Amino acid sequence: MKRSHAGWIFVAPALAAIAVFFVVPVVGALAMSFTDFDIYALADLRNLRFVGFDNYVNLLQTPLFWQALLNTLYFVLVGVPLSIVASLGAALLLHSRLTRFKAFYRTALFAPVVTTLVAVAVVWRYLLHARYGLLNYALGAFGIAPIDWLGDPHWAMPAIILLSVWKNFGYNMIILLAALQAVPTELYEAARIDGANAWRQLRDVTLPALAPVLLMVSILTMAGHFQLFAEPYVMTQGGPAQRTITVLYLMYEEGFKWWSLGSASSVAFILFVLMFAVTLLQLRLARDTEAA
Amino acid sequence: MRVRVRAFHPFPDPQRRTLLRAAACAVPALTASCSRGRDATVRLWAMGREGEVAGELLQEFERSSGIHVRVEQLPWSAAHEKLLTAFAGDTTPDLCQLGNTWLPELVALGALEMLGARVRASRVVDAHDYFSGIWETNTVEGDLYGVPWYIDTRLLFYRRDLLARAGFQAPPPNWGEWLQMLAAVKQSVGPDRYAILLPLNEFEPLLALALQQDEPLLRDGGRWGNFRSDGFRRALRFYLSMFERGFAPPATNNEIANVWNEFGRGYFSFYISGPWNIGEFKRRLPPELQDAWMTAPLPGPHGPGASIAGGSSLVVFRRSRNKDAAWRVVEYLGQPAAQRRLHALTGNLPPRRSTWNDPALAGDIHARAFFDQLERVRPAPQVPEWERIANEMRLVVERVVDGELAADRAPAELDARADRILEKRRWMLDRAQERMKTG
Repeated sequence: MKRSHAGWIFVAPALAAIAVFFVVPVVGALAMSFTDFDIYALADLRNLRFVGFDNYVNLLQTPLFWQALLNTLYFVLVGVPLSIVASLGAALLLHSRLTRFKAFYRTALFAPVVTTLVAVAVVWRYLLHARYGLLNYALGAFGIAPIDWLGDPHWAMPAIILLSVWKNFGYNMIILLAALQAVPTELYEAARIDGANAWRQLRDVTLPALAPVLLMVSILTMAGHFQLFAEPYVMTQGGPAQRTITVLYLMYEEGFKWWSLGSASSVAFILFVLMFAVTLLQLRLARDTEAA
Repeated sequence: MRVRVRAFHPFPDPQRRTLLRAAACAVPALTASCSRGRDATVRLWAMGREGEVAGELLQEFERSSGIHVRVEQLPWSAAHEKLLTAFAGDTTPDLCQLGNTWLPELVALGALEMLGARVRASRVVDAHDYFSGIWETNTVEGDLYGVPWYIDTRLLFYRRDLLARAGFQAPPPNWGEWLQMLAAVKQSVGPDRYAILLPLNEFEPLLALALQQDEPLLRDGGRWGNFRSDGFRRALRFYLSMFERGFAPPATNNEIANVWNEFGRGYFSFYISGPWNIGEFKRRLPPELQDAWMTAPLPGPHGPGASIAGGSSLVVFRRSRNKDAAWRVVEYLGQPAAQRRLHALTGNLPPRRSTWNDPALAGDIHARAFFDQLERVRPAPQVPEWERIANEMRLVVERVVDGELAADRAPAELDARADRILEKRRWMLDRAQERMKTG
């Protein structure tokens, strides 16, 4: 038996699993996105119509889709940088030699990541309540009028971003903390001997050393943020005035609420293409900066 | 997430059950019951609170009939998905509790057994004893697919004390007087409180007002939207005027957080809601407020008005292999005695007039308005797409209330959305007609 054959045999189980649980469903979904599969088709396949690109065209003509895309981009563009800055800030604080009770803070800051979102949402609904919420109470101390966080179309997304950043920054914080601990202390010593202050050390030693990890973190965070679903699902059900409907939420509603699986599949593929393009762009940018 | 609850049954030891049944089969006279006995486990899907009490309700039935009922509970929020997935995966139960707005959808799937012949042969289920509006929701194109289990409709909950303070002793009989009362209440409670709560995340209040009109909400056999009709425009104008004049807060239930507390605090004096809130208000309002609230039938444009025919029915699935046993469960639960038990356990209101003679119901002053209202309930359009259309109605109206869409453009927008949703239905109906002509 040739060596290459043996290799194929070893990976065959994994490949089979990938084919059955990934390739087949994806190809099936792609095929479905060119049909008008719905409850009538579920009853009798003769009710299925091949519609070509109609689902895609219809979607691009639906205001709700653009609203969802806009909401998602809003969430990604504001949420991702905010989340990474929060993670980095927390990681730097935890890494600092001046910080005491490190283990305690590390656990406390990581805790939101592992708590159930549904339980957290109940507490946050009270924190954000327009009349009885702690947040508005605190803002009131600065003379700011109460904000209807979850009811006002303009404030619902910021509220979701706030919750999401709080819920998720701990995860990236741990990754960045590990990366920080791997930066050789000699570099800081050399920088200090050269007279660099704390800010210069951060800019010229820490950040370049973290760059590969930051790139990975930003790709992962972005991919996660494009798939926002659970937070609006438990906090606002897409409202008010559909300002927190995201692309994934739209797909869920189309597919599982209204059972328009054809149209839901086309949403999924548009999201896939979008995320793929943005990831490629990120990689390209990273390579260019590295080369420069 | 589904929690399976094995209902209690009188023979804890399954082996002994089998032995008993084998012994019974040995007697020739009992062969009839044996053919049933062979397969006598009925799977029943029930939702929410009804799922919790179904096992208890059926204890006596299981003992006397020898039919074992396996109750499987579904949370309401996941029930619709579960039903469709079960149909796709060929794992539907024998029997199911079904919200009557979902019935047309499952009929379109061909998932449900027609029950007309069984009802005609039944000595227990008497169609004429049921409120007719509720019974109608179980018929699609002339065929019966479900038997009402309990009913749900929307009417007025109101604060008697706040209404009296504004100068009124009785609830409103028609729209005109209702508006006067709303204005007077709003004036007496001041700028921080409201006269009525119409949550923007619920389509039911507007739907109830729209069902009071003569024009149907869909036209040509459910082919097209009919929201540009005069009737719907009238209902919409009335509904929106309550926001424009500041009687209702432009809020969803999410923002109200706790409707019962706010009702108790007098944040609003009128609330359009359903029978489950009788129990909730009794339990959640403080004792000193228990005399201060009451229910009343929904006012119509010129007198007592119609409201939504809602509720849950019991349906038998076409793919069930235990249809006879399943039907016996339906008959058992349809008896007035079983309906009284259901009311005692859950507060659900019974769909049969004769059940209402029971002193527990006849003496319940808060339930009385429902009895009155039930004689005037109308079903929403019975097409599978209705729920989606109703949802669009809610979204469009929310945009109007938020000032993003002009009120007079809403009916056309609604028709456009409804027509788009109904496209497939039109194609199917046309194709069926074509076939009738050619074949």
